[in-house]
Amino acid sequence: MISTPHVDWFAISTILVLLGASGIALLSAVLVPRAAKRPVAATIAALGFVGGIVTSVWLDVSSADGHLVISGTFERDRWTAFAQVIICAVGLAGSLVGWEHIARGRDDHIAEFFCLLLASAAGMCFFVGSANLMVMFLSLEWFSIALYVMCAIDYDVEGSLEAGLKYLVIGSFGSAALLFGCALVYGATNRIDFAGIASVVGAQDLSGDAFIVLGLAMIIAGLGFKSSSAPFHMWTPDVYEGAPTTVTAFMSAATKVAAFALAFRLMRTAFPQEEHLWSWAFAGIAVASLAIGNLAALVQRSVKRMLAYSSISHAGFMLIGLSTGSALGGRALLYYLVVYSAMAFGSFAVVAARERELGTPVTLENLAGFGWERPFLGVAMWFFLFGFAGLPVGGGFVAKFYVFSAAYEHGWTWLVIVGVLATLVSLWYYLAIVRAMYMRPAEELHIAAVGGAPPRELQLQAAVALCLVVSVGSLFAVQPLIDLAEHATASLPF
Amino acid sequence: MTISSFTSLLIWLPIGAGILIWVLPLSRYATGALALLVSLLEVGVWIEQATRFDFGDRGLQFSQKAPWFGDLNVSYHVGEYAFSLWLVGLTVVAMAAAIGYGFWVGRDRPRAYFGLMLMLTGATVGVFVAQDLLLFYAFFEAMLIPLYVLVGVWGGPGRLGATVKFLIYTMAGSLLMLAAIIVYGLKAGTFDLVDGPTSISRWIFLGFMIAFVIKAPLFPFHGWLPDTYREAPPEVTAVLSGVVAKAGTYGMLRIAIAKFPEPTAYYRTLFLALSAAALVYGSLLAFRSPTLRGVVAYSSLAQSGLIALGLFSGIQLGVDGAVLQMVAHGLVSTTLFLIAGTVERRTTTDQFALLGGMAKGRPALATLLMTSGIISLAVPGSAMFAGEFLILAGAYQRDWWWAVIGAVGIVLAAMYMLRAISAVLHEARGSTVHDEALDLRTGELALIVPLVAALLVLSAFPAGISHHTGLSKPGWVSTAP
Repeated sequence: MISTPHVDWFAISTILVLLGASGIALLSAVLVPRAAKRPVAATIAALGFVGGIVTSVWLDVSSADGHLVISGTFERDRWTAFAQVIICAVGLAGSLVGWEHIARGRDDHIAEFFCLLLASAAGMCFFVGSANLMVMFLSLEWFSIALYVMCAIDYDVEGSLEAGLKYLVIGSFGSAALLFGCALVYGATNRIDFAGIASVVGAQDLSGDAFIVLGLAMIIAGLGFKSSSAPFHMWTPDVYEGAPTTVTAFMSAATKVAAFALAFRLMRTAFPQEEHLWSWAFAGIAVASLAIGNLAALVQRSVKRMLAYSSISHAGFMLIGLSTGSALGGRALLYYLVVYSAMAFGSFAVVAARERELGTPVTLENLAGFGWERPFLGVAMWFFLFGFAGLPVGGGFVAKFYVFSAAYEHGWTWLVIVGVLATLVSLWYYLAIVRAMYMRPAEELHIAAVGGAPPRELQLQAAVALCLVVSVGSLFAVQPLIDLAEHATASLPF
Repeated sequence: MTISSFTSLLIWLPIGAGILIWVLPLSRYATGALALLVSLLEVGVWIEQATRFDFGDRGLQFSQKAPWFGDLNVSYHVGEYAFSLWLVGLTVVAMAAAIGYGFWVGRDRPRAYFGLMLMLTGATVGVFVAQDLLLFYAFFEAMLIPLYVLVGVWGGPGRLGATVKFLIYTMAGSLLMLAAIIVYGLKAGTFDLVDGPTSISRWIFLGFMIAFVIKAPLFPFHGWLPDTYREAPPEVTAVLSGVVAKAGTYGMLRIAIAKFPEPTAYYRTLFLALSAAALVYGSLLAFRSPTLRGVVAYSSLAQSGLIALGLFSGIQLGVDGAVLQMVAHGLVSTTLFLIAGTVERRTTTDQFALLGGMAKGRPALATLLMTSGIISLAVPGSAMFAGEFLILAGAYQRDWWWAVIGAVGIVLAAMYMLRAISAVLHEARGSTVHDEALDLRTGELALIVPLVAALLVLSAFPAGISHHTGLSKPGWVSTAP
């Protein structure tokens, strides 16, 4: 008889809720008549994500003492729970926008989209809690495969299939790098659990070992692909531009949360002895991401592409927090992730609304007058963009302040200066979008909307409102958020 | 509600009202009236505070403190010193006049316009009362956002280029200031301005100063000024030069000089030289400017130089004079830009070549422009004269040649201001000046007359401010050579 480990079902309840909802959404693809598929599947997804938020908040409350569960493969602690809350909230917003925006006019396969959305979020929730290399790799593949399909799901949209294929090829390359790195580390230490790697490295004094260093480098590269940090970013603009905007919005927010939360945990837990290596590596990647993301964004005309580059530059800012490897850096990273997710998702959702109105990809030119035509979406976009630029209209300002403080505390004033300069450059293109929306009347540029008054898009507006509340509210509620982040960080070894 | 919470009220009342106006689907008239009402309410709250202010006590008054985020010791700490009280007063009065002007000319998209104007009011008051560095920074930046949109949407034909220049310039300065704030705050262990220690770091000092010299502006950091002042709507230019630019000189006084005595002394000559350059160069440009707004804009550059000259003289007289000059010039510049706006409305231009002879048949316009112009050129007996005299006295005590340069600036002021007055009011009638262009209307008089009256009161009683700056306590002014 095979002996099975004791399973703490509650520790993985968020994942189970999301997977359950995913299964129900898949069933609805078969059982529900075509006309009702879209609302039914979207409601199931939204409810699933609400359930996921509830269980992960509950998990956060009840996991004050972080510990390993299920034979040491999964971390039940507040770091996991915090990241899961963000992922589920992004998923909730994603299902609201997807309700109206995915594959409009073709309802045959709509339920499958929500099934995949739930499944990928479940994979991410598993990923952030993984405590050994095997679980980490499997859950990475799990959510990546769901994302590959989601990128290509709207095959009527120009570039959607191409985006899916590109993401598949380059994403697989990244996964392969990660897997190779895992193999090297395993080869050197004979352990796959994070804590075990650290203890063997400590006991046998392996921290300068070639296998460990190379393995660490490959793992960092693999995670760099997922978090779209330069120089592993080349897929990002194409995929973000080609994928259906709902998927782009979800990916830009949730994937980053998963990749960064896991990266911080992995580095702190498995590689504390190599901190001098990975902190410099991440600082280098941060500088590259800030430079490439911001400079390339300057010349973009397509708004989705520009926001894709902006997401690369924000990966750079978050990497500043990550590279310090300190408790303050961890807090800064989590706070940044909350605010960034809201702003990134919200801004892509607004782009989705404009895209639907015009029926063409959104460029700076055809954004003209949008702010006045759709006041709420315009104002929301205004807040997201100024927040991205670090102006004090939302938590984006405090987030930047925190990562810079972490860098300074680490003794890296030069990194603060780099970040400040990058922020200055980023103003240029964020303002270009505001300028396009408000300061150039549509009549001047002869833009014809596809037809009649814009649709009401209640669900999309609700999702944007959610993002707006989070991004502005985080400016006023810094203390509670930081307290939560502090508790989450406390569950990691320092 | 205690009197201390009035400070917060001054910040959040206009911001809240601005959001409300944005959301409520009121008519154009109701929107403007509500905004004007709120701005007048601000003036009322300020008067209430001023009457209860204890000028004998030179400490922080009406203060409120609550933690914002504790792990880095950042707090929401607001309060007023005597000099901040005067600047807050300037802000609420000038903003009320500007909002009234916007109401009178009937700006398009009123809900967005008045909402932004009110948010600008709140943010500017916030800059003058914030006693925590990060809070100060937040308000300092928050001023930019409404200004960016106000210039970019309601401005003239070259507005897009002007806004980009304005924002990139000022953000370049303030982001360096953010780096300086982080370094100062984490070193000191607190971001509080009252409890925070003084520092001897020259780099941090320069990080702060770069933001302030761009905002004020001083020569050679004024590149954003001509375009922005020309393209913005007149009432926005009025508050930009009258109030927002004062945030730069206020920052020098409150943070750079008060917290960095040693670096201030070290760089004193540099900043005195930049101030003197701004004064002389700005005056010369004003004298050469072909437009009315250009004259007032460049004279603002000159006046910023003069104020900074007083601040960096490091002499009590000079610093007191600088505070008086900030308020007096704020009022003068607001008045002159609003008058320039009324001239533009009547003639569609502010170019001297197309103007002239407007005094004939327009006694009110002539009287008001003449009065505020004369005050602006610091005729003896005016508030500006009192301020300039104190500044020059301070500069003289530092070294006599600074006073000589300052005096040259005053002579130049007479030249450019008289030239502007005669080019608009006198000389041959300009081609755009038609008989149908009426004198100032009741609504315009209701805005401009109180401003001029305030200037006349200040002229009669300048010591009301210069003796009550609250800066005579040791620690504010570093007198080291």
